[in-house]
Amino acid sequence: MNEGPLVRWDWVWSHLDDIWELTVQHVVLTVIAVSLGLVIAGPLAYYGYRHYAARGPITWVAGVLYTIPSLALFAFLVPFTGLSILTAEIGLVGYTLLILFRNIVAGLDAVPDGVIEAATGMGYTDRRRFWEVELPLAMPVIIAGIRIATVTTVGLVTVTSLISYGGYGKFILQGLNRFFNTQIIIGAVLSVLLATVADVLLIRLERRVTPWAQRRSE
Amino acid sequence: MSGFWADAWTFVLDNLSGDGGIPELLVDHIRISAFTVVLASSIALPGAMWLGHRGRGLAAAVAVVNIGRAIPSFAIVALALPVTIAIGLGLGFWPTFLALFALALPPIFVNTVTGVSEVDDSLVESARGMGLTESQILRTIELPIAMPVILSGVRLSAVQVVATATLGALVGWGGLGRYVVDGFATQNNPKVFIGGLLVALLAITTEIFFSFLERVLIPKGLRKGKKGEPSHERAEAH
Repeated sequence: MNEGPLVRWDWVWSHLDDIWELTVQHVVLTVIAVSLGLVIAGPLAYYGYRHYAARGPITWVAGVLYTIPSLALFAFLVPFTGLSILTAEIGLVGYTLLILFRNIVAGLDAVPDGVIEAATGMGYTDRRRFWEVELPLAMPVIIAGIRIATVTTVGLVTVTSLISYGGYGKFILQGLNRFFNTQIIIGAVLSVLLATVADVLLIRLERRVTPWAQRRSE
Repeated sequence: MSGFWADAWTFVLDNLSGDGGIPELLVDHIRISAFTVVLASSIALPGAMWLGHRGRGLAAAVAVVNIGRAIPSFAIVALALPVTIAIGLGLGFWPTFLALFALALPPIFVNTVTGVSEVDDSLVESARGMGLTESQILRTIELPIAMPVILSGVRLSAVQVVATATLGALVGWGGLGRYVVDGFATQNNPKVFIGGLLVALLAITTEIFFSFLERVLIPKGLRKGKKGEPSHERAEAH
């Protein structure tokens, strides 16, 4: 391993443009994965919310997907979809499904029956009641799920460095191949930092979409 | 595409034995995983049980979960390498083992602390009133009741270790990750595919093994009947 300090700051300063480029890549891969995850898990969760019997099979499939190690999943896909962003995203989206599905269902389940009955009594149609009463009340649990899915995805993106993406994972992989500590450490630290920032932003979003929770605590 | 499946099949047939063959890598993979989980359990369990019994360590457990989720396991494997090189243990087994050990501890610790401390206080109080010693309370009341949560912690840890051992190939260790990583390097897709398949099967087998273990070790009255719905939290994806 190279001599000298643990982190060579001169390397960091001379690679700010690389850092920026990988930051963008890391964020884009994560945002696509979590958004697509929501688009897929949302309707599934709505169906599972209405039809109890569907929950078991959906959870089972998502659970098996979740159990498959990320590197193995990418290895499965590469022969068919190549070293493409599609391969990366199929894997990343796959891992968000279980977390999102379970949290959305749990959030909707937790809406008190009394509230739903009151809304119905006030003449809300099923559809309007879902969008204006049930979904907003389920938001804290749903956002908790989005937070877990996002932080997990930020971590998993690093593994996609093996299929030529990776965001900050690219630094980690290059550092491993060159025995260059600085790159490994910078890659790891930036990844943790990005996960933390994303988490904080989502907490803020939660406050914004659930203003009543704020008011109650004041 | 038919050529691909034929190549994959040939790869399997060519690697049924010998140096770097499937049996050897599979055994290596299972051995390091089992060793790590057993060692991590024997170190984390006693302390975590005691902390749970005293109702302490919960805040620490929450912090561990949150921080642990943000650190990619890939980064942990990568960071283990400079450490083992610095202390003279070099490449291969040691960085892999160090990373796996660091990953194996938190789920076991967290679930044990939470599981034991969540046991109904009134049960513990009445046991104390009946004259049971603290260690009897822990052994005969709290442990059996917390068993489902503790076991799911060990399961999370084991599945994660099996998954992450794959990345050991990046720091010069063997195991089934060799096929994936070497296959990527030489653009040998059938090899990558078979490697991925074997790792996935091993991870799923690990899950199944633990659900069997749960059936044996969890007292009858505490078993949950609902199928398909895992009763406890899962680990982060790996």
